[in-house]
Amino acid sequence: MNFPILSSLILLPTIGALFLFFTKNKEGNNLTAKYVALFTTVVNFLISIYLWISFDQSTSSFQFIEERIWIEGLINYKVGVDGISILFIILTTFITPLCIISVNNSVKNRLRDFLIAILIMESFMIGVFCALDLLVFYLFFEAGLIPMFLIIGIWGGARRVYSAFKFFLYTLLGSVLMLVAIISIYWITGTTDVVQLYEIGIDVKYQNLLWLAFFSSFAVKTPMWPVHTWLPDAHVEAPTAGSVLLAAILLKMAGYGFIRFSLGLFPIASEVFTPLIYTLSVIAIIFTSLIALMQEDMKKLIAYSSVAHMGFVTLGIFTLQQQGIEGSIIQMISHGLVSAALFLTVGVVYDRMHSRLISTYGGLVSVIPKYSILFMLFALASLGLPGTSGFIGEFLILMGAFKDNFLVAVIASIGVILGAAYMLWLYKRVVFGKLINEDLKKMLDLNRSEYFILSCLAVPILFFGFYPDPLINTIEVSVTDLINMHNTNMASK
Amino acid sequence: MENLNLILPEIFISLSIMFLLILGVFKNNSSKITFNLSLFAILITTIITINETFSVTRETLFNESVVIDSMSSLMKIITLIGGFLVLVISSTYLKTFKIYNIEYPILILSSILGMMVMISSNDLIVFYMGLELQSLALYVLATYNRDQLKSSEAGLKYFVLSALSSGLLLYGCSLVYGFSGSTNFDIISNQLNSEEYFLTFGIVFILVGLAFKISAVPFHMWAPDVYEGSPTTVTLFFTILPKIAALTVFIRFLYVPFLNLIDQWQMIIVFLSIASMVFGAVAAIGQTNIKRLIAYSSIGHVGYTLAGLATASNDGIQSSIIYISIYVVMNLALFSCLLMLRRKDQYYEDIDDLSGLSKNHPLLSLSLLLILFSLAGIPPLAGFFAKFYIFKAVLEQSMYFLAIVGLLSTVVAAFYYLRIIKIMYFDKEKDKYDTDHSLWLKLSLTVSTILILLYFIFPSQLIEVVSRINII
Repeated sequence: MNFPILSSLILLPTIGALFLFFTKNKEGNNLTAKYVALFTTVVNFLISIYLWISFDQSTSSFQFIEERIWIEGLINYKVGVDGISILFIILTTFITPLCIISVNNSVKNRLRDFLIAILIMESFMIGVFCALDLLVFYLFFEAGLIPMFLIIGIWGGARRVYSAFKFFLYTLLGSVLMLVAIISIYWITGTTDVVQLYEIGIDVKYQNLLWLAFFSSFAVKTPMWPVHTWLPDAHVEAPTAGSVLLAAILLKMAGYGFIRFSLGLFPIASEVFTPLIYTLSVIAIIFTSLIALMQEDMKKLIAYSSVAHMGFVTLGIFTLQQQGIEGSIIQMISHGLVSAALFLTVGVVYDRMHSRLISTYGGLVSVIPKYSILFMLFALASLGLPGTSGFIGEFLILMGAFKDNFLVAVIASIGVILGAAYMLWLYKRVVFGKLINEDLKKMLDLNRSEYFILSCLAVPILFFGFYPDPLINTIEVSVTDLINMHNTNMASK
Repeated sequence: MENLNLILPEIFISLSIMFLLILGVFKNNSSKITFNLSLFAILITTIITINETFSVTRETLFNESVVIDSMSSLMKIITLIGGFLVLVISSTYLKTFKIYNIEYPILILSSILGMMVMISSNDLIVFYMGLELQSLALYVLATYNRDQLKSSEAGLKYFVLSALSSGLLLYGCSLVYGFSGSTNFDIISNQLNSEEYFLTFGIVFILVGLAFKISAVPFHMWAPDVYEGSPTTVTLFFTILPKIAALTVFIRFLYVPFLNLIDQWQMIIVFLSIASMVFGAVAAIGQTNIKRLIAYSSIGHVGYTLAGLATASNDGIQSSIIYISIYVVMNLALFSCLLMLRRKDQYYEDIDDLSGLSKNHPLLSLSLLLILFSLAGIPPLAGFFAKFYIFKAVLEQSMYFLAIVGLLSTVVAAFYYLRIIKIMYFDKEKDKYDTDHSLWLKLSLTVSTILILLYFIFPSQLIEVVSRINII
């Protein structure tokens, strides 16, 4: 047996958290705790990079598989990665250290506890992306609620209690039905091992109900219209690092779940429910883009834009075309980077002015030029300008959509225009215009750590915008295989 | 000659009770020594019982009116360990209220004896004897803090309602006896058939009586008042031990004498289960007193246990037993936290008293956080696995409605657990509580919290023990 690299990825942050737990709690700026957390996550990031390098791109089968008996005859602890999941793991390990660097100013009290929560969260998120057993997946998927609830509730803004409750109960409600479905699958097929389930397949007569049960969970977590309302509340009230984790990684769990479980396990039901997904996605794209246009609060605007972007993702996944699914995965990765960057940019001005209202700002470009340039880059990436990673994703999704359903693709394209509208208008109101608010003149430009974080995010956004091959090569074989599997299943119906 | 070794635990505990009574009467200021000797007695009994488990598969005694099998041994061990822990963490609380007397450990011992008789009973009369022994001890325990109005009220309420339910139970037993001609469970099982209408009445009366004892909806009305009024340590005793015994009897009744009448009772159990789960979740939301809240939450937990029983399968029984074992650990932990909320000889039991606990007592509030998430059934804590086994068994029998209602009520229940966490973590802090707790209290909190937290690493052990139980 080789070195259990995936388990160490999952466990390392928890060990770091344990270490922090046993160190003495100092009030105020606890640098040691921060360095410990940073060190742990950076090591984790390096391990995941090593994982990517040694990953074999030519096969679609799962790699680095570890399997241990957990509950005799019931659950096996089984983890492994394929081309689809590995990118999400790297996204997770990449974003978390940036979150930890960014907690400088936004978290005033109980820094150590905050870092523990973030590290534990990272463990669970990596676990979600490499679980190859439905129950193991469910365990990680649900367990993430606990640290996130605390992050929003303890360190959030004024309405944090309401948001934390809404977040927790909404997602729990969605997930319990998935648990029913998972146990049912166990009784129908006799296993919860995803790899085996791919081979056995699930009887057609059960597929629709099971698909709906999984859908109820993923739809809440994605979030899809009309169950998206927890997201803006949670985002607005979460501290910057919490928003970043939420937008960049947590939302991707559902998209990943759709690809891995909904498409993989219930191919026929996925076909049946495509119109439903299309409708909800298109509504999400158009409707939430319009809502985003009207927002006064910057974080809320970005939150609604996240819903719209995730609408593209679900649309792309259920085109059931090679381009669509690849586009969705790249869109998720890109959105992970871009939304993280946008929340961080909002965090930067919030730390200085303690206001998230757009009307507070205006004319920032003459005060803090470096900031304005980076903000522009991220705004453009968010609206999908060619040359940024956002473009690759949206373009591929729309290509897939045009192949499958012309009308849906046309409506979704309107969403792209709306996306450009709200992002540019936001940028115009915040950065350009007259400098009316006198307080803004005292603002300082990006300090070293902020500059470092934002550049770290800007580099991959631009790099993958011009050269998406590393991403596409990684996922290509796995996606092709998924499509083939889907087609054979459809043919044998 | 009967093999009396098999009931050695019961004999030993009876002798200890008598001895302790005599000691208490003849020796002044003997509270402390009585306490320690009772603990010792429970410990010895536990060891005897554990020892017995290895040698016995299924034995009956006294014309088959007492049965010793793997289920009875396991339940007795849980009861004894639970009883030991309740007794050991009680002393500070009792001393504070100046009720640290010899009667307390003796009453607890008698109640445990009654439960052990119940657990081993294979006969209506033996069962009833055990039930009454434990109930009588519990009535007195509920009023134990007799200077307080609420405690007396709790005891009286419990007595009146419990006596009523015992009456119903006896009437049911007499009907069953009338139709089967025997009080022995095995013989009843062979004699009964579902043709007789009045037999259904007998079953219903017995089930109502038992449902009362485990406080399942709609026979739960006594629970919140009694839980709130009784001294906290007695409430802890109420929330765990009688439930274990009553659950065992429930299993025996349903799966030995009434096994052939499954059509008659299955719907009743499903109804009790759904009603308890939903009511327990909804009614707890508005509570302000922690003990009342625990009463409602335990009603909900009883609902989940009954869901396992309703499946009429070995898996279901086993899952219920796993559930009740984990429930015992969680409640022990929860009450240990509650007993730590002491400031200058006064105990606090309102939810608002927890406000901002995390700032002054980070470790205490962290364990309470884990316990509450576990009670809410969030993975990877033990409470999740407990629910998971139940729903696995329920879904095996394709009882989808029961499973979905149960899981949805966990979401509602999560709300009130979250509310406590919110108060602990998000609200403003109050004065500090005392931290000079007894070693046992700290130990029981630490151990039970660690069990809850790390259960997911070794889930197989408990299953292995429980899987030896095959009633059907």
